Amino acid sequence: MKLLHKDIEKDYAGQVTLMPEEAEDMWHTYNLLQVGDSLRASTIRKVQTESSTGSVGSSRVRTTLTVSVEAIDFDSQACQLRVKGTNIEENQYVKMGAYHTIELELNRKFTLAKKIWDSVVLDRIEQACDPAQKADVAAVVMQEGLANVVLVTPAMTLLRAKVEVTIPRKRRGSCTQHDKALERFYEAVMQAILRHINFDVVKCILVASPGFVKDQFISYLFREAVRQDSKVLLENRPKFMLVHSSSGHKYSLKEILSDPAVTSRLSDTKAAGEVKALEDFYKMLQHEPDRAFYGLAHVEKANEAMAVDVLLISDELFRHQEVATRSRYVRLVDSVRDNGGTVRIFSSLHVSGEQLNQLSGLAAILRFPIPDLSEPEEDSSSDEE
Amino acid sequence: MFPQERSKRWALTCPAPRRTGFWVPLRARGRLPTTSSPRRRRGQTRPARPAASEDPGAVPTPVKPSGKAKQQLNVREELEKRQGGKPLLNLVVIGHVDAGKSTLMGHLLYLLGHVNKRTMHKYEQDSKKAGKASFAYAWVLDETGEERERGVTMDVGMTKFDTKTKVITLMDAPGHKDFIPNMITGAAQADVAVLVVDASRGEFEAGFESGGQTREHGLLVRSLGVTQLAVAVNKMDQVNWQQERFQEILTKLGHFLKQAGFKDSDVSYIPTSGLSGENLTTRSAVPSLTSWYQGPCLLEQIDAFKPPRRSVDKPFRLCVADVFKDQGSGFCVTGKIEAGYIQTGDRVLAMPPNESCTVKGITLHDEPIEWAAAGDHVSLTVTGMDIIKMNVGCVFCDMKEPIRACTRFRARVLLFNIEVPVTQGFPVLLHYQTVSEPATIRKLVSILHKSSGEVLKKKPKCLSKGQNAVVEIQTQRPVALELYKDFKELGRFMLRYVGSTIAAGVVTEIRE
Repeated sequence: MKLLHKDIEKDYAGQVTLMPEEAEDMWHTYNLLQVGDSLRASTIRKVQTESSTGSVGSSRVRTTLTVSVEAIDFDSQACQLRVKGTNIEENQYVKMGAYHTIELELNRKFTLAKKIWDSVVLDRIEQACDPAQKADVAAVVMQEGLANVVLVTPAMTLLRAKVEVTIPRKRRGSCTQHDKALERFYEAVMQAILRHINFDVVKCILVASPGFVKDQFISYLFREAVRQDSKVLLENRPKFMLVHSSSGHKYSLKEILSDPAVTSRLSDTKAAGEVKALEDFYKMLQHEPDRAFYGLAHVEKANEAMAVDVLLISDELFRHQEVATRSRYVRLVDSVRDNGGTVRIFSSLHVSGEQLNQLSGLAAILRFPIPDLSEPEEDSSSDEE
Repeated sequence: MFPQERSKRWALTCPAPRRTGFWVPLRARGRLPTTSSPRRRRGQTRPARPAASEDPGAVPTPVKPSGKAKQQLNVREELEKRQGGKPLLNLVVIGHVDAGKSTLMGHLLYLLGHVNKRTMHKYEQDSKKAGKASFAYAWVLDETGEERERGVTMDVGMTKFDTKTKVITLMDAPGHKDFIPNMITGAAQADVAVLVVDASRGEFEAGFESGGQTREHGLLVRSLGVTQLAVAVNKMDQVNWQQERFQEILTKLGHFLKQAGFKDSDVSYIPTSGLSGENLTTRSAVPSLTSWYQGPCLLEQIDAFKPPRRSVDKPFRLCVADVFKDQGSGFCVTGKIEAGYIQTGDRVLAMPPNESCTVKGITLHDEPIEWAAAGDHVSLTVTGMDIIKMNVGCVFCDMKEPIRACTRFRARVLLFNIEVPVTQGFPVLLHYQTVSEPATIRKLVSILHKSSGEVLKKKPKCLSKGQNAVVEIQTQRPVALELYKDFKELGRFMLRYVGSTIAAGVVTEIRE
């Protein structure tokens, strides 16, 4: 993402012009947008014209529109962002107040105006525009009969393909069906890799599995590559890396990203950092349960005592469309920072973020233990022993 | 189409006048709407099922009890008559990697004459060529190229053999940590287990300490409902059949197995050597062993296992362990019948796909049979359904009393020795019968007292090791489940996380 223009007043109102350059920037933009903001971007509109004789014709015109945002829709598979809203700047094609849906496009700038630019969104812009934070990793997590081909970017984990093949068990006297099905499975995974991984962008391809599936697969892959004379695969051979994982399901990605061999090679991508932070939280919960809290009420209480050392928060919470709720989270983040704590904003698209989301989206590691906060959350009935 | 089939079938298991008497007029009356007939039948049969055991008052006609009793008798009687009166027993062999499970069982099979001399000679030659002469017997069960090449069992090897009084379905589980999911599918189908431990110095300890599989396997099979266990203390020849070593292992293991929940009387220890074949099928003649051991050999011990009571009277349930294409029409599924019985020509329902199909053929130990009942490890040929919809882990069940499929359920779990505490949102792998499905812990409902079961704390922050708790689990895709109180065999499951088993549980409530 490129920041082209930034104009923010003392009262934090203002506008920013940005240019998305890659798919991931759409995700960042999705996290910036909120209902009530106004967005100005180039878009295509179908315009109906009525000639003097009364015949109706329609044509598609490219025009720049400014809409007041009403709904935001992000497609994580295609990385497309659609913003629906009412027009607030009339032009020759579109009347005031008319509905329009803008689909943001790569390499076309857009201007976003907000009434309040808080610290969280400003951080987000900074992060999105940081060119150093680019390390694309592809991973193939597999087990016998199941493979997930995923793309891990700093802010997103995208499931590109899921291959599922039923593999008959070995039976006495006949292994042919088993072997044939395995072959078919490897073939399907290989096709998925070729189709979905862009070897120009990806720095490293992690192949992970329990047992020997990964070794078997790699030997199959390169045997086939030689046979089919596939240049792409052979040239990129050094990029493949074998890692152990306990299963072929997507959440095993967490194990892979915390593997020391991988982290050293990836030079600390955000995904790996998040996994580490969540692990620290669980370790703390195990050893000193009074120093690890989760849930909004608990974390806020801990924060009042200025005890929060590391705050883990999912970016999903900031997409909350209710202004009051959202600002509650922003206040929490700001105050943790003011008190010298670190804030880690998890991407809800990563596996670790998914887990944090399930864990109320909010967790904190404390500086010192606070006992007896274990009363139930505000919404629960208090029947403690 | 099916009237003929039906009547043929009824003739075998249900000679009861009630049923035929009921069915004939129904058919004679002409085409009743299909929906109404199963309902009517259910209305009639439902109370009849438990009638024998609990509620005779619900039976409207006096003919019924006799009819029911006759039918029941039939399956049980037939079951006893079959195989020359030998009951079936499903046995799983477990233990740490390289304890010698496959070799032990391979050798046993060879001694029993299930592997002919020529094949064995070939294995010996080939394994010698591959530089793994000691693996020759393991090759009997490890058949894929990959397994032989690496010398590691990866998937459950299945075969059968006869003892004096029983027919044993043998499942040879892999011992490697990464293949525990496979081991669980095997163990879930077992009635009894043989735990193999390596007696040689250092090896037993390696398998028994925290990183080894001896403990995990032991806990797993116990949680999956296996109560009888034979411990084969293997490779005793390497320690010169020392009694002290045997005793040392016995004490260590005994303590652990007691903790795991095995009764002392249900666990027996046998010194063996898988490679030399000592004390497998015949009592050993090695003086250094006979001087202190007069107990039974492994085969005798297996023969002495008590066959469990099968739930033949419950509605039919079969968990699919394998799906494959065979010659001819349709496809084959294999699995153990957990409850009820089935005949060729029956229509069954597969859950979760919720599709019905017809059973064309049943084979048990590679022999075609007409019917099979709970406890049998069978392969069914089915038609009328697309193979793509079938997955390993589906459950075949009675059309009238189907199993329920759900994505959310409550369960009572016992947490094992875990490193990270369990919170809500914890991602786990749910192992249920032959299914392994990613799931998350949605809610921690309460912590229970270990023995009394009373609620100690509601909505706990986290669960740590050794605790007993009620949790709510959400799976990604629907799984077919039964409550533990209804089907003991089908209500159990395991939870795993990052390659280790974190909890065992029983289903208490199906949410949706």
